[in-house]
Amino acid sequence: MPNKQYDVVIVGAGVSGCAIARELARYDARVCVVERADDVCCGTSKANSAIIHAGFDAQPGSLMARLNVEGNRLMYEWASELEFAAFPVGSLVVCVSEETRSGLDELMARGLANGVPDLRIIERDELVGLEPHIADEAVAALWAPTGGIVDPFGLTVALAENAAANGVEFLFNASVSAINRNGDAWQVIAGDSTIETRAVINAAGVYADEIHNMVAASNDQLRIIPRKGEYYLLDTTAGQYVRHTVFMLPTAMGKGVLVSPTVHGNLIVGPTATDVDDKESTDTTFEGLAEVAQKSSLTVKNVPLREVITSFAGLRAHQDAHDFVIGEVSEALCFFDCAAIESPGLTSAPAIGVMMAGLVRDRLGLPEKLEGEFVPTRKGYVNLMAITFDEWAELCKKNPAYGNIVCRCCRVSEAQIVEVMHRVPAATSLDAIKRRTGVTMGRCQGGFCSPKIMALMERELGVDPYDITKCGPGSHVLVRESNREGR
Amino acid sequence: MSKETHELTCINCPLGCLLTVVVDDGEVVSVTGNTCRRGDSYGRKEVTNPTRIVTTSVPVVGSATQKMVSVKTAHDVPKELIFDVMRALRDVRVTAPVSIGDVVVADVCGTGVDIIATRCA
Amino acid sequence: METRDIVIIGGGPAGLAAAIAAYDAGCSDVVVLERDTLLGGILNQCIHNGFGLHTFKEELTGPEYAARYVACAEELGVECRLGSMVVDVSSDRCVTVVNPERGLYSIQAKAVVLAMGCRERPRGALNIPGFRPAGIFSAGTAQRLVNIEGQMPGRKVVILGSGDIGLIMARRMTLEGAQVACVAEIMPYSGGLKRNIVQCLDDFGIPLLLSHTVSRIEGKKRVEAVWVSEVDDQLRPIPGTEVRYPCDTLLLSVGLLPENELSREAGVELSPITRGPVVDDSLQTNVEGIFACGNVLHVHDLVDYVSQEAAVAGESAARFVLDQVQESDSTQICLCAEGGVRYTVPTRVCPSRMPDKLTIRFRVANVYRDTFVSMYVGEDRVLHRRKRVMAPGEMEEVVLKKSDVLARPDTSSITITLEGE
Repeated sequence: MPNKQYDVVIVGAGVSGCAIARELARYDARVCVVERADDVCCGTSKANSAIIHAGFDAQPGSLMARLNVEGNRLMYEWASELEFAAFPVGSLVVCVSEETRSGLDELMARGLANGVPDLRIIERDELVGLEPHIADEAVAALWAPTGGIVDPFGLTVALAENAAANGVEFLFNASVSAINRNGDAWQVIAGDSTIETRAVINAAGVYADEIHNMVAASNDQLRIIPRKGEYYLLDTTAGQYVRHTVFMLPTAMGKGVLVSPTVHGNLIVGPTATDVDDKESTDTTFEGLAEVAQKSSLTVKNVPLREVITSFAGLRAHQDAHDFVIGEVSEALCFFDCAAIESPGLTSAPAIGVMMAGLVRDRLGLPEKLEGEFVPTRKGYVNLMAITFDEWAELCKKNPAYGNIVCRCCRVSEAQIVEVMHRVPAATSLDAIKRRTGVTMGRCQGGFCSPKIMALMERELGVDPYDITKCGPGSHVLVRESNREGR
Repeated sequence: MSKETHELTCINCPLGCLLTVVVDDGEVVSVTGNTCRRGDSYGRKEVTNPTRIVTTSVPVVGSATQKMVSVKTAHDVPKELIFDVMRALRDVRVTAPVSIGDVVVADVCGTGVDIIATRCA
Repeated sequence: METRDIVIIGGGPAGLAAAIAAYDAGCSDVVVLERDTLLGGILNQCIHNGFGLHTFKEELTGPEYAARYVACAEELGVECRLGSMVVDVSSDRCVTVVNPERGLYSIQAKAVVLAMGCRERPRGALNIPGFRPAGIFSAGTAQRLVNIEGQMPGRKVVILGSGDIGLIMARRMTLEGAQVACVAEIMPYSGGLKRNIVQCLDDFGIPLLLSHTVSRIEGKKRVEAVWVSEVDDQLRPIPGTEVRYPCDTLLLSVGLLPENELSREAGVELSPITRGPVVDDSLQTNVEGIFACGNVLHVHDLVDYVSQEAAVAGESAARFVLDQVQESDSTQICLCAEGGVRYTVPTRVCPSRMPDKLTIRFRVANVYRDTFVSMYVGEDRVLHRRKRVMAPGEMEEVVLKKSDVLARPDTSSITITLEGE
């Protein structure tokens, strides 16, 4: 017997799944997002370049091109509606040799065909003015003022919270093991739960092929190739080394890496692109990190890599056709794919959400909610780094916990940490709290604050410290069996 | 028995003097390399009856400020008894208020040495 | 706005010693701002013994050492504000602080003493390839968990880096029933004190692997194993030398960095070597009225030296407030570190103002045996002392006599160097 019934089940609480959930919340439907991890934004959405692509890369006419440009526009709108960090700092594609200059013209033409606004090719003098540390080899660049940077966690959490506030449910630690046709409905086995639903949306990232292949015909199988990208993240002391997202125009020598500021004031450098077999292999490698270090100098001089505070790797959901796969699966009624969402998937997420919600609405005949039943706005988090001392003083008067700094590197107070543990979906692991508040992301990388955060989790969530995890089951921070047993 | 020579690093203070201790027939005949008297006595003791101060912390009940109170052996104890001392402290809890120097366990492991608090609670 | 003669940032051993010295020098309008809820700083979690031999002629644990200074400060009536995090210091010495009870407010100080201490270098700076699972802690974090929280971070442990905290934690984890497989040190010598190697590793049969590093971390959710490789003379792992150690925990003790975010905001010039402020013989920074001491100035190995140094800073701050000593009143001579001496603290001396005997602290760049420490005032060697052994992990000191400087009025520099003979 199914223990839960919904109109729509979304598999995967990454940025695509959460954007779809948020857009579906506009309609009168019971929606549930099932996620194998303990939180939203735990796969591809978490480990990427954190940039908003302008939209000149994708082939004109492709789904990717359309959703990128549309997603770019929506992203800045949603940033104010849902209060997450997204800044249009602009992007530069830097040409480092005269021989490849024609490549800039091609990119520009493609951008124009895709409808990217305000593109312009700038010469070296102007480029040096924008980016004083640009490589000596740089001759010109494509300037795209609509390019930008975004907080992928902030975006995904904002979408999830807004979806939840509008009635969408979330089921975490629930890996989907089977999807079966049951009369007119689908039966989804997710973790311990059996869920009956009219429609399924497959937004499972690098696992979207496995989910798809559970229901698709044998001649309609999907194959997602995990493509590993490794990155360096530098301290905020290096955060202004470049002011815009700096890409390299590919040469015969290869593709280069991007160098970009982040919304948290750090500098990000990467990624590599290596196809791997293992969908869990988010480990960094000696070779990969060396490649990032070497390629960073192709466009930007002397990137201060001694300021590195962490490195990480993410997997992109690559598919050979290199376009998004969005739509109903043939011979699987009411089963929708949102698959192969690789770069520019993060930028496209808002547009993907709108498109997919429209497809499902039309298929299921979902009525729009009554006026006022859907709340499109969401209150963002306080960022003590971004407000004035006077504003901070006011916050302290309202809630003294704003005066108790827990994370000194990133200036995060007790009040902010407590708040994210009580929002919906709630942050219940160290990483979940980190993604929402920025704690442990600074130069001490949690050395000082993690014991204090754990004490707050014990108090607010009523958990035993030995049950506290870094990122869900299996990642416990402390080890219980010790000779302290029984104390 | 013949002469034995032991090369040691003195642990009395952070200087870490390199000591040479000569033992003849079970008797220490010379300690060299030390820069103070403590080094001489350490050298003699280390080759005949090595001892250590043991420090750890035990849970405290009823303290508003902390969960644990740090403790130590009031004097050094035989090195081979370090783990016996730890075992003896395994289930020890103290109750606030605690002052520095309070005896937490008297005569630990029959050494004649007390375990004392090194912190208030 | 509140105004105070001296604001001391940090209530650890440095801040407390500075406050006491300021009182003793006749300045009692002092406030100590401490971010934690109790005084004593990092000493509270350093429950091992070995503190205070120089200061108190007895061997104390960290909390006991701290308690003596806390008691002294209390006796004098030094105002200490706990739970008070300084968020900004301006170059004109306006200190902005936040606290749950008082909220956010500012204090205008005549002098500021920086005593914020240091923090541990995190994993990121090391670029160890692999996953980023639970079970990787800095040694100091593990120390806090075990000693303050009473919680065990792991059962089977590998330690990277042989800094003192790592060595101390090797013993501490062993006493608590954990197995410490090894301590890997990338350099050919240990970064910690010799006595700690003897009584924390040798006593328990824990191997110290010099010229080794962690080359890979296994385990996606929690550490499952780490790979330890020998390194070549460029400190790169040598392929084929790796050994896999199954474990659930990796502790890092790979260096300490002075915590100078506030100093930087105030416009204080920092040394690229110590990463702490550049100071003169009164421990004043380039910003008039801002002094620095303790681990925020440069990382110490012994707290006794922190206390001594902080007393100089506290007294200097008091003199600055009471006598209105002006930086510009006097000429200064540069102190140069050469030939294996990595840095000196201070880096400038003022001959007219300096004490009769000035302690100059420094660290060396390598392990040196039977080497002489020499000090030159101008061209003249005024000190030549043989040392049996010197190592980067141990701070050294020499004393500069005022008379030696005054006897050479035309001298423009003082040099400290190592010499073979």
